[in-house]
Amino acid sequence: MKRLDTSEIIFKILAYVLVTLFALATLYPFIYTISASISSKNAMDAGAVVFWPVEPDFLAIKAFFQEPEQGVRLWRSYTNTLFYTFFGTIFSMGVSIFAGYALSKSKLLFKRQIAFFIIFTMWFSAGLMPTYYNYQALLVSNRWGIIYGFGVQAFNIILLRNYFQGISQEIEEAAVVDGANELQLLTSIYIPMSKSAIATVTLFYALSRWNGYFWNRILVSNANEHPLQVILRSIVAESGDSETGFDYPYSLRSLAYAAIVLSVIPIIIIYPYLQKYFAKGVNVGGVKE
Amino acid sequence: MNLEKERNIISYKELEALREEAIFNEMEKSKVQRYWLTLKSQWPIFVMLIPVIVFFLLFRYRPILELVIGFKSFDANITNNTFASPWIGFHALQELMFGTKEYTVLFWRAFRNTFTISMYGLLFGFPIPIILALLFSEIKSDGFRSITQVLTYLPKFISTVVITSLLFLMLRPGQADANIQPGVINGFLVWLGAVPNETNLLGNPAYFRSIFILSDIWEGAGYGSIVYFAAIMAISPTSYEAAKIDGANKLDQIRYVTLPGMAPTLTIMLILRIGGILSVGYEKIILMTENEVHWVLDTADVLSTFILRLGNVYGSSAGLSLPPDLVRAFSTSADLFNSFIAMFLVLGANFISRRVSDTSLF
Repeated sequence: MKRLDTSEIIFKILAYVLVTLFALATLYPFIYTISASISSKNAMDAGAVVFWPVEPDFLAIKAFFQEPEQGVRLWRSYTNTLFYTFFGTIFSMGVSIFAGYALSKSKLLFKRQIAFFIIFTMWFSAGLMPTYYNYQALLVSNRWGIIYGFGVQAFNIILLRNYFQGISQEIEEAAVVDGANELQLLTSIYIPMSKSAIATVTLFYALSRWNGYFWNRILVSNANEHPLQVILRSIVAESGDSETGFDYPYSLRSLAYAAIVLSVIPIIIIYPYLQKYFAKGVNVGGVKE
Repeated sequence: MNLEKERNIISYKELEALREEAIFNEMEKSKVQRYWLTLKSQWPIFVMLIPVIVFFLLFRYRPILELVIGFKSFDANITNNTFASPWIGFHALQELMFGTKEYTVLFWRAFRNTFTISMYGLLFGFPIPIILALLFSEIKSDGFRSITQVLTYLPKFISTVVITSLLFLMLRPGQADANIQPGVINGFLVWLGAVPNETNLLGNPAYFRSIFILSDIWEGAGYGSIVYFAAIMAISPTSYEAAKIDGANKLDQIRYVTLPGMAPTLTIMLILRIGGILSVGYEKIILMTENEVHWVLDTADVLSTFILRLGNVYGSSAGLSLPPDLVRAFSTSADLFNSFIAMFLVLGANFISRRVSDTSLF
């Protein structure tokens, strides 16, 4: 047993206390949100919900499943978000994997120039308004526009490239002798061997699609194509009207908290499985060239 | 037989000459031709590069061309083409920076606010992930540490809309006459006696920055600690033991072993932070202020949100009435101003850091 001096013991106790406090502060809004979403109208109106649910009756959550008035727009936007996330991630991953793979080839012609072409966008971007006018000029204002106009990040391409570069050349050479072409090399050697990097990048892309708000809101004019975040925003804003809401069997605040719960659930469910990947992603993402 | 042998020797010589000629021809082939041959052999890889090049040209480089609209008037009734519009030179930028109208006042207000919010962010938001990483590194129980770490990363994965919605709901003011309770955090502050019952925290310019920075810390400190934690873990334990033999207590160890050990990481993160001083996230601010009374913008309006309001894209454009054909010129000029200062900041921070500590991004 190593000996600890007083200062070390004090620091250790301090570390445990502060980390616990910070973790609790992180957790609290989540617990409160769940409690508020399932508590009764009486409890919410009386301000009785502080931590645990009070008189839970689940009415606000049920409203989204049973009342067309609340349910239709939420589930339509949910479907839209699933669409944006699914196709958007496939698009972003396809482009990024091809790009990362091509840039990992040591003998690629114009390799430095192409890498610079991509990395430059990390240091300089045109800014909000020119980007907006550009999207307008290219008519990226429908569902598919949101898919193909967004979500390819230089950082993620470099991350994949760095990972592909780390894969041993000998396996590739053996496969080339067996007559494998580039596409076969990519799909049967590089992709299976970089599962963790691919999982990390997929996670980043999928999250940014799932959480996307701003560009969807200003570019997509058809309300039927709005994603979850845009609808969630209006449900929460409506809960602020003090005049309405007396006719409902649940508090409008509970309804807003319930919408938040429903929108975050998929992330909370996959989070424990995926959290091991992104910590890695942060560390392998160094830019070299 | 003899003749045949001789002919053979001649043909060897001929062969040699032919070979030399071939090599000579090969060298004489133009560079372009050789590039073309390599290109031909690498065509599958270039096909793979087509999507990314098209994407970056259309959505990353074409907007840079759109920057010229900052020096042009644009009237959709005359032409929808940015590049065919008439030039107006630096008029918009000049007007915006040195004009006498309200937009000049609001422009500089946005500039000041951006700096103030960033400075507060630097002062409070930058050290906390470092402290958190130090604390995590002190916890030797793997189970407890990974649970708390994973928990504190979680908010980073939650959307800005959800976070600002939580702020909106939890900080809501109460209404005594309508029998409406304040949001839970507001209620707690009322209970503590810190604020009166009807205080609208989110709509108050005096509280905006604190709420913005605190929620940023809640959201990002855990995730931000990952990179520092990795740097601390990379420090060899023998350094600590050597320091202890020299009689160093815990604070000395942090000061003389841990901090120097993570200095390169600290420098890089600081450069990134300083480079991003002008890019305060607009999404969060527009979401926080959208439903509030207009005067919260006194402290909340930053350059990016100002640009969006100036361009009539998002948020109220009150006080920013512009001739319609100059809307694009003004908003893009403001954007250009923003980008150039941002680039200057990145390069400057990088230069200083290279001078001072031999660590730099590029």
